[in-house]
Amino acid sequence: MTSTTYTLTHDNLNALLRALVAAGKQLHAPQRVGPKVFFKPVNDAATIVFDYVQTAESPKSLLFPKAEFLVSYRQNSEGMVVTDHLQKEIPEMILFGSRPCDAAALSRFVQFFADGHADAMVTQRRRALTIISMSCIASDPACFCTSCGSSPGDTTGSDLLLTPISNGRYLVDVVTEKGQSLVAANEALFEQAPTIVKDSYLATVEAVFTPEEITKRLATSFNDPIWKNASLRCIGCGACAYVCPTCSCFTIEDEGNDRTGDRLRCWDSCAFALFTVHTTGHNPRPTQTERWRQRVMHKFSYLPETNHFLGCVGCGRCSRACPADMNLKEQIIAIAELLPAIG
Amino acid sequence: MENTYKPYLMRIERAIDEAPGVKTFRLAFANDDDRARFSFKTGQFGEYSVFGEGESTFCIASSPTRDGYIECTFRQAGRVTSALARKEEGDTIGFRGPYGNIFPIEAWTGKNLLFVAGGIALPPLRSVIWNALDLRSNFKDITVLYGARSVADLVYKQELDEWGKRSDMKLVTTVDPGGETADWKGSVGFVPAVLEKMAPSPENTIAIVCGPPVMIKYTFPVLEKFNFTPDQIFTTLENRMKCGVGKCGRCTVGPVYVCKDGPVFTYRQLQSLPAEY
Ligand code: SF4
Ligand code: SF4
Ligand code: FES
Repeated sequence: MTSTTYTLTHDNLNALLRALVAAGKQLHAPQRVGPKVFFKPVNDAATIVFDYVQTAESPKSLLFPKAEFLVSYRQNSEGMVVTDHLQKEIPEMILFGSRPCDAAALSRFVQFFADGHADAMVTQRRRALTIISMSCIASDPACFCTSCGSSPGDTTGSDLLLTPISNGRYLVDVVTEKGQSLVAANEALFEQAPTIVKDSYLATVEAVFTPEEITKRLATSFNDPIWKNASLRCIGCGACAYVCPTCSCFTIEDEGNDRTGDRLRCWDSCAFALFTVHTTGHNPRPTQTERWRQRVMHKFSYLPETNHFLGCVGCGRCSRACPADMNLKEQIIAIAELLPAIG
Repeated sequence: MENTYKPYLMRIERAIDEAPGVKTFRLAFANDDDRARFSFKTGQFGEYSVFGEGESTFCIASSPTRDGYIECTFRQAGRVTSALARKEEGDTIGFRGPYGNIFPIEAWTGKNLLFVAGGIALPPLRSVIWNALDLRSNFKDITVLYGARSVADLVYKQELDEWGKRSDMKLVTTVDPGGETADWKGSVGFVPAVLEKMAPSPENTIAIVCGPPVMIKYTFPVLEKFNFTPDQIFTTLENRMKCGVGKCGRCTVGPVYVCKDGPVFTYRQLQSLPAEY
């Protein structure tokens, strides 16, 4: 893509979002629910919230719902009939207001599901989704995107990236063809912009470690005593996985009787004691120590090894959500300090 | 794109009671197109399902040389296997697969094969054993050592009789001390001890070992004592699985997915993995 940039006024942004809704697209955008902000379906662009650091939950449920039908079955006079839920046409969805770290996370998420045995549902939904992200002009202490390969103005994974600049206007980075056609279809709302350097408008998030350093240190840490202390507070509630934009573990369960029902897949978490337990009762990860180690190792050591990306974008949600105040950023910094540097 | 999770419908053609709580099903494709499309290799597994109860993971226990059906052998233990055990000949169940890697038996051409199995872990080896017997001239000596807790716990009793009578293979069966009956003609003793007495030669030999963790733990050192290298020893790993295709995150052992990178591993590969299985 050529890096044409545009500017957009706040009024024109609202007009754009209204036009998308009017055109029948499903718009998901930040909405306030109590003290927190969540991505919710939006009918009225006026209800969209702009003053948040990060939403409580990630937008991954647009690609990977908390529970979804895999197949349904029904016994009729001829025998059992199994139908799947792959739709020919998925309604077009717009995700508005995702942070750059979220868009980066979703691109890793989609790649994980596309690699190897490709997942039809996730792949199909990403095709139907247009991502309009909003750069960060503020951060909080839980944020550490710049240590995880992303940043407050990262365009990775977005179709369009908006950056709030002066006078209630946004700078528009057109990242993909999809983003380009959205601009083209609403050309009157956009102004061609001279090269504006957006960096000065962005939040500053200090890098506290490098992914390469952590991956290297973790490579020999499996039997290190750090995991015991690091995991002591964890109660295994799974909230961290629930809010995380890259966590993708799931379970498969049937609902129904032997004649009619559905097979569903539902979010699951490596934090749960039952996640790995064998039918014999043997559990390869018997305590929270092994489970916490799995969470950290999977994101910072195994995924870089097997899929060539870090399983964390530093969005900080897990730390904000944890009822036991487990702070991932602090944990990783501690690991960097405690484990010997190799090579 | 296809929905990975849509199972084939399989008709139970034959149900055999193998041992207390252990059954074998022979499954035929309900749909001819599915049958034509399906193929697998020895070592692979699948997800077997009872509608309304869920899916359960077992290996394909039959040999790919036997066309048109697959067989599975399972122990009734949890919700799904209990529901499966209630199914009868003529009933329909779901199956998706094949998944996972394979026993590289093409690379074993011209070699001696030594199979060592314990208890309910004979099914994955039974697939390879029949595969090798059906291509008998490709291999040199074929030896099977199989042990169970008691005579009643031995699975595939009919096939054991058949293998015992064949002159082109050697079968040694054993039961744990106290597990023998008055007319038991096999050995008495734990698998690793019986193996030690057999004094297997590593010369041009592949050892394929499957069994409960404690059997595996004491069998590998015996093979090493007779100078088998970790590359000459193959086994399969079991971990809890859901998807079977490397996505649900449940079966991982360090960076390895048992469902996708396994279930077949050499002892050398196991040595580099954390013991999370
Ligand atoms: S692990 Fe925590 S900080 Fe990293 S992406 Fe997931 S929720 Fe965000
Ligand atoms: S949210 Fe906190 S307590 Fe809950 S599983 Fe995650 S780290 Fe453990
Ligand atoms: S069984 Fe789902 S990842 Fe292996």
